[in-house]
Amino acid sequence: MPALAESTTAATASGPDVHIQVKDLTMAYGSFIVQQDLTFSIQRGDIFIIMGDSGCGKSTLLRHMVGLKRPAKGQVLYEGRDFWAADPVQRKGFMRNFGMSYQGSALWSSMTLAENIGLPLQEYTDLSAADIRELAQLKLALVGLAGFEDYYPSEISGGMMKRVGLARAIALDPDILYFDEPSAGLDPISSRLLDDLILELRESLGATVVIVTHELASIFSIGNNSVFLDAEKKTMTATGDPKQLRDTSTDPKIHRFLTRGEA
Amino acid sequence: MDDSYQLKFVTAGVDGLQVTLAGSWKTHHVLPESSQLESWLDSHPDIKQIGFDSTAMTAWDSALLTFLVRVTAIADKNTIQVDHSGLPDGVQRLLHLASAVPERKGARRAAGKAPFLARIGNQSMAAADSATAGLAFLGEATLSLARLFRGKAQFRWSDLWLTVQQTGSQALGIVALISFLVGMILAYIGAAQLVNFGATMYVADLVGIGMARAMGAMMTGIIMAGRTGAAFAAQLGTMQVNEEIDALETLGISSMDFLVLPRMLALILMMPLLTLYSILFGILGGLFVSVTTFDIGVMEYLHRTQEAVKIRHVMVGLTEASVYGVLVAVAGCYQGIKCGRSSSAVGAAATSAVVSGILLIVIATAFLTVIFNVLGI
Repeated sequence: MPALAESTTAATASGPDVHIQVKDLTMAYGSFIVQQDLTFSIQRGDIFIIMGDSGCGKSTLLRHMVGLKRPAKGQVLYEGRDFWAADPVQRKGFMRNFGMSYQGSALWSSMTLAENIGLPLQEYTDLSAADIRELAQLKLALVGLAGFEDYYPSEISGGMMKRVGLARAIALDPDILYFDEPSAGLDPISSRLLDDLILELRESLGATVVIVTHELASIFSIGNNSVFLDAEKKTMTATGDPKQLRDTSTDPKIHRFLTRGEA
Repeated sequence: MDDSYQLKFVTAGVDGLQVTLAGSWKTHHVLPESSQLESWLDSHPDIKQIGFDSTAMTAWDSALLTFLVRVTAIADKNTIQVDHSGLPDGVQRLLHLASAVPERKGARRAAGKAPFLARIGNQSMAAADSATAGLAFLGEATLSLARLFRGKAQFRWSDLWLTVQQTGSQALGIVALISFLVGMILAYIGAAQLVNFGATMYVADLVGIGMARAMGAMMTGIIMAGRTGAAFAAQLGTMQVNEEIDALETLGISSMDFLVLPRMLALILMMPLLTLYSILFGILGGLFVSVTTFDIGVMEYLHRTQEAVKIRHVMVGLTEASVYGVLVAVAGCYQGIKCGRSSSAVGAAATSAVVSGILLIVIATAFLTVIFNVLGI
């Protein structure tokens, strides 16, 4: 671990309940390094926040973790198994356990909401069309959109699209839920409701949640573990419980970030 | 671990049913059936309460939830109370969440098709609407052109030059290739017939007049419909999806002037030039076949072409070309502007732009041919 980073959790790199581990990760576009020396671990059941100032590579880190982008160096381990060292078939097996909700919802616009949620089920299970539809109905009901199965994404509001994105992410009852800026573009109340929904689903599904966000309200109300990426130093400067980081961090930048520069 | 789910029914008290859930309730090949419960309830009509015992359950996911949702629906139908307290904590929370927001009234869509006559009626009305909208668009485009001549149209000249470059010079290769081949085909078919009359020489007339009056403009028009019309529709359609057109309108900038006008102008300017180029390559294609296959001399062929092709033939071709230019630009821009807000709508707009562009070209050719005939040009 780089000397710069501080840690507020006692948990070290390995433990019985470590779900995801990032080891010595370097992210780069060609020769341009986005972040380097990233090392942190996420416990099973954590709500893990990836935070940092704009352009520091939060979404890029998420893309490395879900398998959309190959690391320039380092490893991403799921239950101790290296994701990028695995062959494509094994990787698909890993990805079967991911659910991802994208910043812009990323619903397939030519499909109805039920079809959007049904596609992962079609791809990974051999359920009948009727069963898939029933599951899609259930997932829509879970996000409060019962009855909207046959709508197209263009016919519903942005907040509803976000919730459908969440319903699609939980379609396969994943172990790990990834969120890229879940509250981007939502009003404070919708954003709070979405946070509650994420929390509720995490509690009942028992999934590990990884969230990219810079909404302080979300960070403190739902996060119990985090990593802070610094855009200038191009590495992580802290990891641990965000509330503890706010109160105890000696890094002025982290302190400013977590107190909105007010304290 | 047991791979499948087990279900057992035990009566509890006078009017109670205890459903014992055991094994793994995970999504496998099929979702758990609820018909067993239905038939059990049919034979025990006095049941008033259902409870659950899940102590022997090893695993669960959404499969269990769908089963429980079905059970709740059956119980509601038979006015039976369902007690969820014997279920795992997470399951109870999820069931609560799923029923927290009641289904919005009227949200569900009516399934099934409308009757045959209704569908014909709907489609006719839609066709009439789209014809009206198309004409309105043409009208607005004309007004926009008028604003241009009065110097009041707002658009960026750099956009015009960029479009001119894309529609004009970048199309030279494909226009040359296709025109050369069309010229060859005309010459080949024509000469094969003319040779019977000993009039092989006149193949130069046939190719020259054919290319100048009709084929040059038509082939260029069709290439433009496929190449440029589709591009216009896709560009404007994507701008519609990204709300870029709304952003222009809210600034008080007419999308007609800013987006449609430069594209239309570019095509009106470039079509005649490309058509001239196409006629030239058509004649060269005819020359190539005549010289290599039918033993006609190069100078002979060119002289014959010069004799046959009059300036009025070329003018006819260029007039047609300008008309096709307007039609292709209007079809492409119209489809783009009225595009829906989704990625599939952009694809549909590009397809419609090409199909309607080619259709309009062929219809226009028919009208123009009759008009030129009547005028004796």
